[in-house]
Amino acid sequence: MNDAVVLRTTAKLLMPFMMVFGLYVIFHGEAGPGGGFQGGVILAAAFILYALVNGIDKLETIVPERLTDVLAAVGVLIFAGTGVYTMLAGGAFLDYAQITPSNPEAGQAWGMTIVESGVGMTVASVMLTLFREFATEPAE
Amino acid sequence: MAIVVYSIAGLFLGLGAVVAITGGVGAIRMPDFYTRCHCAGKGDTLAQLLIMVGLILVALEAYPLSNLAVFKLFFISIFILVTSPTATHAVARGARHDGLVPWKAGDPRR
Repeated sequence: MNDAVVLRTTAKLLMPFMMVFGLYVIFHGEAGPGGGFQGGVILAAAFILYALVNGIDKLETIVPERLTDVLAAVGVLIFAGTGVYTMLAGGAFLDYAQITPSNPEAGQAWGMTIVESGVGMTVASVMLTLFREFATEPAE
Repeated sequence: MAIVVYSIAGLFLGLGAVVAITGGVGAIRMPDFYTRCHCAGKGDTLAQLLIMVGLILVALEAYPLSNLAVFKLFFISIFILVTSPTATHAVARGARHDGLVPWKAGDPRR
């Protein structure tokens, strides 16, 4: 696939737009259709497209395996951490209103955005990990 | 004034539908893989362009105060305009790489 100029150029052209759209879907989750899961998949699709066109080895240079492992854990940490924080602040688990007690609506918007960003991080990382596991030869 | 805009939009939408049907018929009727790729790729790309122009005109007339729908339609159109020919190119390239010989006049349909 070294001489696939058209594919490589199109992928290069589309990747930033796919990433921005993925982030838009993640952070628009509390006000419209979308959310962390769908946005994370779109975000991962941008990198998977890159890997499909340029080869799995090139993916390793921009998103190392270690980074996706760490981000998958950090996303879950953000999700659970938000829940534990609201519990420590005096509410139930993921009781977003506790984030800004003076203004519950704003707290709910913030809570959802934070949680969705954690979900998006984890989903994108796990998607990339799955793709990598399927695409690379098993080390016998 | 609205009737004029809607008429032009309807013209674009009808033309887009005709092109889309032509592409669909071509994708069934053409004799081999490469010619079918040609119909599917080009027909759909032109059809979506015409349909999006028609829809943008409708959106401009129906929602004069908000351009959000127009921008979304515009970007969807640009996206398909770039990706659809690329996908067709990739598929045809894969077939060629695999050794599929193009159809010549007189060969049986396949």
